[in-house]
Formats: sequence, structure tokens, C-alpha cells
Amino acid sequence: MASGPEEPYRLLGGRIPYVEGPLKVTGRAEYTDDIQRPGQLVGRLLRSPWAHARLRAIDTRAARALPGVLAVLTGERYPVPFGVLPITHDETALAVGKTRYQGDIVAAVAAVDELTAERALALIKVDVEPLEEYPDPQTGLGKVAEPIHARGLAGTNVQKEVVQQFGDVDAAFARAAHTVRVRGTFSGVTHAFTEPLVTVAEATPDGRLTVWSATQVPHYLHRTLSEVLGLPMHRIRVIKPEVGGGFGGKSDPLPHEIVCAALALETGRPVKMLLDREDVFLTNHGRHPTQNDLRVATDAEGKILAYDLSAVIDGGAWSSFGTVTTYYNGVLAMGPYRVPNFRYRGRRVYTTKPPSGAMRAHGGTNVRYTVEVALDRLAEEIGIDPFELRSRNALPPHSTTVNEFRITSTSFVACLDAARAKSGWDGKFRQLPYGRGVGLGCGFYISGSNSPIHFTPKMPQSTVHLKVDMDGGIAVHSMQADIGQGSNTLLAAIVAEVLGVDLERVHVQRVDSDVSPVDLGSYSSRVTFMMGNAARSAALDLRAKLLEGASRLLGLPAEELRVAHERVERAADPSRGVSFLEAVHAAMEETGALSASGSFQTKPLGGKFKGARAGTAPAYSFAAYVAEVEVDTDTGEYRVPKVWAAFDCGRPLNRLAVEGQIEGSVHMGLGQVLGESMNYRGSRLLNPSLLEYKIPTPQQMPEVEILLVGEDDPAGPFGAKEAGEGPLIAILPAVANALHDAIGCRFTELPITPDRVLRALDQRTKEGRRWKGN
Amino acid sequence: MSAPHEIRFRLNGQPAAHACADERILLDLLREDLRLTGTKRGCDLGTCGCCTVLLDGRPTLSCLTLARLVEGREVTTIEGVTPAKGLSPVQRSFVEHGATQCGFCTPGFVLTATAFLREHPSPSRSEIEEAISGNLCRCTGYLKIVRAIEAAAREGA
Repeated sequence: MASGPEEPYRLLGGRIPYVEGPLKVTGRAEYTDDIQRPGQLVGRLLRSPWAHARLRAIDTRAARALPGVLAVLTGERYPVPFGVLPITHDETALAVGKTRYQGDIVAAVAAVDELTAERALALIKVDVEPLEEYPDPQTGLGKVAEPIHARGLAGTNVQKEVVQQFGDVDAAFARAAHTVRVRGTFSGVTHAFTEPLVTVAEATPDGRLTVWSATQVPHYLHRTLSEVLGLPMHRIRVIKPEVGGGFGGKSDPLPHEIVCAALALETGRPVKMLLDREDVFLTNHGRHPTQNDLRVATDAEGKILAYDLSAVIDGGAWSSFGTVTTYYNGVLAMGPYRVPNFRYRGRRVYTTKPPSGAMRAHGGTNVRYTVEVALDRLAEEIGIDPFELRSRNALPPHSTTVNEFRITSTSFVACLDAARAKSGWDGKFRQLPYGRGVGLGCGFYISGSNSPIHFTPKMPQSTVHLKVDMDGGIAVHSMQADIGQGSNTLLAAIVAEVLGVDLERVHVQRVDSDVSPVDLGSYSSRVTFMMGNAARSAALDLRAKLLEGASRLLGLPAEELRVAHERVERAADPSRGVSFLEAVHAAMEETGALSASGSFQTKPLGGKFKGARAGTAPAYSFAAYVAEVEVDTDTGEYRVPKVWAAFDCGRPLNRLAVEGQIEGSVHMGLGQVLGESMNYRGSRLLNPSLLEYKIPTPQQMPEVEILLVGEDDPAGPFGAKEAGEGPLIAILPAVANALHDAIGCRFTELPITPDRVLRALDQRTKEGRRWKGN
Repeated sequence: MSAPHEIRFRLNGQPAAHACADERILLDLLREDLRLTGTKRGCDLGTCGCCTVLLDGRPTLSCLTLARLVEGREVTTIEGVTPAKGLSPVQRSFVEHGATQCGFCTPGFVLTATAFLREHPSPSRSEIEEAISGNLCRCTGYLKIVRAIEAAAREGA
């Protein structure tokens, strides 16, 4: 296949404003809640007020009899279990047999308006036998009276246990010069996207079902609807309008989406299911509350000899992505440093709380925090600079980790060098006055899962179709899901770059399963890498057809031609050429509209042991962040005035979008440090609103100096890797380590709220430890 | 539920009238009755700012405003600050600076910024941060939004 296009690129690598920007700034972009179908009904959910209860009877007669109510559903109508992972189908659209958290869906109604729907819910009588609640994952590690799910391990609430060992960890600790142990405790956090969860569904007389949904993975939703509703996939059409943020929270097929579709089937009328903010919090699928325990052994020079790691992960009521989470909380510790011996035991435990799932930098965030805090302590103990400790241990390019991850490109050392130089680290670390400090945190993340959910070796992970007709516009179809990160823009830019045309010729079509070829969607930081390669391949295919057309017009062999800006010309004599449109018309003389297709599939990677594919990726991103903090030691409040974010995403293809991803990641990661926390009393979520669950304000945001130091990745499209999730990870430990530099206190529990800062200061005083003269 | 009665107000520079019940909120009137869907529903609790409109030129949360309270007043939605052709200077600046990502909060920010710049043509960065602190954005970390507003101010938006 032809390579290309040639550098320098016209578009890629520059700052490309988002193609749908003009629609978004004018309010013209269409989101799911903006859809209004004729005769549309209102769908509403009755959620369980019981965290754990056996359902004895649900009496829906009065609700059904209420004028204006068109359908009432309970669990037995659509009992087929589902779940995002094919191996852990433990959810149902509505509760069957029992409820497993306060918020589980017990019944649903479709009615002519909101008030009627709410009245109908109030008329439903539910008779239950309350069961013991298990909000604490530690309780669920052992045998329990009433396991939350029958599929838990041997009478416990353990959903998944992972035990791995590589090398000889005990021998490594026996010969270690230095060891350190850090036990981390992490609250659950949630995505807090601004657009609530919402679905519209309509069954039509031709026997088809159309579903519009705020989803970041339309294909998995499509599959799940088919399985649970018992309709073949080709009779279901899934459309993804604009999506108002996802961050992982719209990646599972969610029960309300299935219930909405079911209500549409039951009533024969369109139904909208819009969740209120409390419902969004209860649906959750955010980052798992986690406790981890890490021991690190090094030699006298600080070379890492071994990690001995364990984690107990609070899964909430369902499995969701949990099996992956359990692996990731171990194996994502395998970079960015060489770790020759590694032992991990991870257990994910069902609890009677809202389900945890995938949230930006899924599985890589909490373990990274513990690792980076441990390394900071080791550097202090050994008496070397934290940067020095990290560079001594950096994974080299084109190497293999002990658990058989294939590392290709890495500019991790360049990240360290850039962050150190630009932050002025050498003049600040341990030298700023008491109360001020700098800290280093590093990151490592997958650039797309090599073995995704629903992986079939013969099916591409991403396919892109292009169509050009007489108008010379290029329609692009793919099920990649732009949820705000700018993947539509990148898709258009890649096609325009390869074909030499202006961006305005390229029209990325709305995701619609009737016409969009399958791409597995926006999760695992896969889109740029996989869709990007598929788009490049499709555009090269189309370019070959254009060159053939131009070749006939010019009477020159196609091999002598190249694309230039809006033109096809002879490489050796650019004066001989035709316009893009002339080439299009020539190329379509025989066939009509031109179409072209490209796809991308990952090749098998990883070892032969159980779980070996978890965490394998065709490339990895790397990061080194320095954060500066200022602590008010009277109130425990602190601010982060500046962050230096050195990131290796390979070649950045749209600098505007990469910056946006890094800045947004800093915001979200900082939230988990500053105060974001799902707070519970027993099983009950106490703060299910954006008033009580506070995300950082503009005033809390640091200045972020972005340092993009990556080199081209050999397999990434135009050399690119991911920038969607990896940028989140490093900010958390960078701030924690900066707090230590500022006030001499270590923080192993997130969030680091002002009261915790004050307690840590008190503790330090009690221990009689002075820091920077205080 | 009370019987609907007609309210009269000005909407995006034009006279408007609509029958609605006493408890109807302005957000529902705009989105559902008048199909002005540029105004977004993010929380229904006055916490996110996605439903911001201008009431007599001041940013106002339409989810916390009863529709009947706009009787005789001027309501401006995102549709009302969008020129017939092209974009307003604030809108153009948001596009150029990548201040939108998912875009769901964007209409609210554009309205807040438009009203703010009318009263503060040369704002400091901290004044901008203060002005937008009632609007939540989860995608951008606010940095590009602040830059877009600074740039719009420089260009005399």
C-alpha cells in the first residue's frame, strides 16, 4: 500500500479548531435530550430505597389503571442478564428477585407526561424482605450470610480475584538495600459529565427499533439491546447524537437505555428516558473506592528490584468492567519503570452500593498514586533526587516488561528532562520556603486495549468508510464516538491531509448503526490510534482511485502523480495537473460515486498465562508532571498555582485537542485530590448532586504548561499515541509529593481535604519532626 | 397543577406570549414549549449553569426561574445572541481557542461571557474566573474558556 502523505503536513500537527465548534457555540448541536419525536412519551424509573432486599411482590395494578399510563415494566419481563464484559453478565435491565443497592431499578413506567409518570410510580407497591447490607468490601472478602450475587467466589462477595507473580519477589526483597511500604486509601469518584444520561427510543411499524442515546460505545449498546430485547441487531438502529461528556460513564450499556427501548416496544410510541442528576450519581460506574498496599524493594542505587502489591477494590452492586479493573490495578504498575519481579493480588468485591466501573485512566490512577508516593519516599531515604530515581528505572524503548507487555516508543526520559528543566526543579525542590513545595508524579497508560471487549481476531477494531460523489464532498462514516474529545475533527483532518483537500470538504457523519461501520467506540484511549489508522488507510485507498482518474485525464502513469492542495499533479512537473474535482469526476466515470474503506486491527500480544492480555496495548503513553503547591498551614487549605505537564503522546496530531485533553485531565485528577469523593453512610450515597459533589472551580485550576516531547510511534497513525486518559494520572501524586515538599507530611488517603492536612500537621508536630525549620 | 394562563414577554428581541401554568419553569417553557433547545438541562438544581439565559441582560438560571416571573421582561437565549450569519465575537473566540469540547456547557458559558464583557470590557483573568464560576465545565479545565474570553475582550467583543 502506498505510504503517505509526505511531510510537512498541512493540517496534522497544527492547531485544528473542532469541526463541530460552530454548532456547539450557537446551541445548534443536537444532543439526545434535544430530540422530540411525535407522540413521545415520558419514561420514568422507580428506584429501590433498599440497599439489599428480596423482592417478594410488586403490585403495579393501580399504576397501570391510571389514565395516561401506557406501560409499566418490572424485571421479569426482560430478565436476560447483560454486562459490558461478556464473561460477567450479572446485570438485568430491572431488578429480578432482589435489589442490590439503593438506586437499583425496580419498575418503570411510560406515560403521557412527567406528572402522570411520577404519579404512577407512587402507586406501585413493592413488598420486600430486607437483607443484610454489605457496604464495606472488607466484610465481603469472607463468607457472608447472603452473598450479593450467587456468582461471587465461594459464598463471599468477591467478584474477581487476580493472583499473579513474575520473577522471585521474596528473593528480591531479601537482597534489597531499601524497602518502603505505602498503603493507599481512595474514595470513589464519579465522572460528573454535564449532560445527564438520556435515551430516546422508537419502535416503528416496519418492525424496527431506533435508539438515540448519550453513549460513548454505540456498538456495545447495540449488541446489548439485541441480546436483552431478543431482536436481531439488524432490526435495531442505534444513533449517537452529540454527547455531553463521558469519561467512561457512558461506556457500559446502561439499564435505563434498555428499559427505555423496552418501553418503546411495549407501547409502540416513542419514549424519552432522561435521568435527573441524582439518578446519574446513582448510576455511577465511576472510579472504584480502593485500598492498596505496595512494598517496593530497590538496590543501594535505587534500582527497583521488586513490587509486592495487593488491592481490595469496591465494585458496588455489579461487575461492569470490574474484571478488567482488577487486572489493571496490578498490571498498570508495570510502567514507566522496569520492575524485574512483581507479585500482585487483587480482589474486587461486590458491595450494596452504586456500581463502580470505568472512569478516565481506568485502573491506572490509584495504583499509580501509591507507586509514585512510594518512589518519592524511597528517593528521600536513599538520598537522591526524585527525578534521578525515576530516570535510573525508566523502561527503555523497544523492550518487554516482566509480565510481557511489549513497549515500543517511549519518550519517558525526555518527559522527565523537560519537566525538570522547565519547572526550575533544581532551584525549588526542598528549597522553597515552608508551606510551599514542588512534587513529581509520573504516568503510564495504554494507547488502546489490544484485546478489547468482543474481540474477535478476524474483525477489525475500527473501520472507516469514505464516499465522494459529484459534489466533491467527502462523507466519512465510522462508529467512533466523539464525546467532546475531538475525534470527529481528527477523522476529518486525517482524510483531508491524505487527499490534499480543505477540511471543509470532509463531512463526518453522525454515528448511525445503519450506515456507520463498526468501531468499538470511545474507551481505553483507543480512538486516535485505531480510528486514525483506519482513516489513513481508507483515505489512501480513495487517493489511489483519484490518481487513477487523474492518470487517464493527464495521460500519465498514476505512479508519477501525487496529491497537492486541492489538486492532483505530476510529481516531477507540478504544472501538469488537474483539480481535485476533475480527478473525482474522472475517477467516477465508470463506477458512479467513489467509495473507499479502511480498517485497523491489533495483532495478538502478551504472554501465555491467565490474564496475560490485560493491559496489552499497541503502544503506551508516558508522562512526568511537576506540581507546585502553596499550603495555608493555619487552615489546611492549599492551592496549586502551576503544573508542568510533560507528556509523550507520540506525535500530537491536533495540538489544540491534545492540550484540551491534558488541561481537562489536570482538572479531573486534581478534583480527586482536592475533595471529590462519593460519600456514604452505610450503603447510602450522601452527596448525589453537583452542589454536594464539588468539581474544581476555575479559581482552583492551576496554570498548566504543556510540554509535548514524544517522538513518532512506529505503529501509531502519523506517529501518534493516546492523550485522552494518560494525562490524568500523574497530577495526583505530583500534588501529594509537592505537599510533602511543602510541609513534610505524607498523604496516603484521597481526597486530601484541608482537615486531613491539619491532622497531618498535628501528627508531625506530635512526632516532633521539624520541616524546613518549622 | 394550576390552570395555564398567558404570559407576555420579549424573547430574543421579539414579543412573545405563551400560556403556561404557575409552576412551569422557564427552562421547560424554552426547551419544551418553544423548542429553543440551545438552552441545556444539566442538573435541574441550579448547580451547573448549563441552562443559563439572560434575563434583562443578566445571566440567570432558567431551571430556577418560574416562567411567569419573566412577564414583561426580556429573555435572551443562545439563539438570541447568534447573528443571522456567522458567529458573534465571543462565539468565534470560543471556536478558535478550542473552548468547547463536549459543548454541553457551551451555550451557558457563551451567554455568561457575553453579558460579562458588556459590563467589563477589559477584565482581568481573575474577574473572568469569578464571572464564570457559576458555570461548570468538566472537559476543558476552564483554561481555554478563560483564554477565549480574554481574547474576545481584546477584540472588543
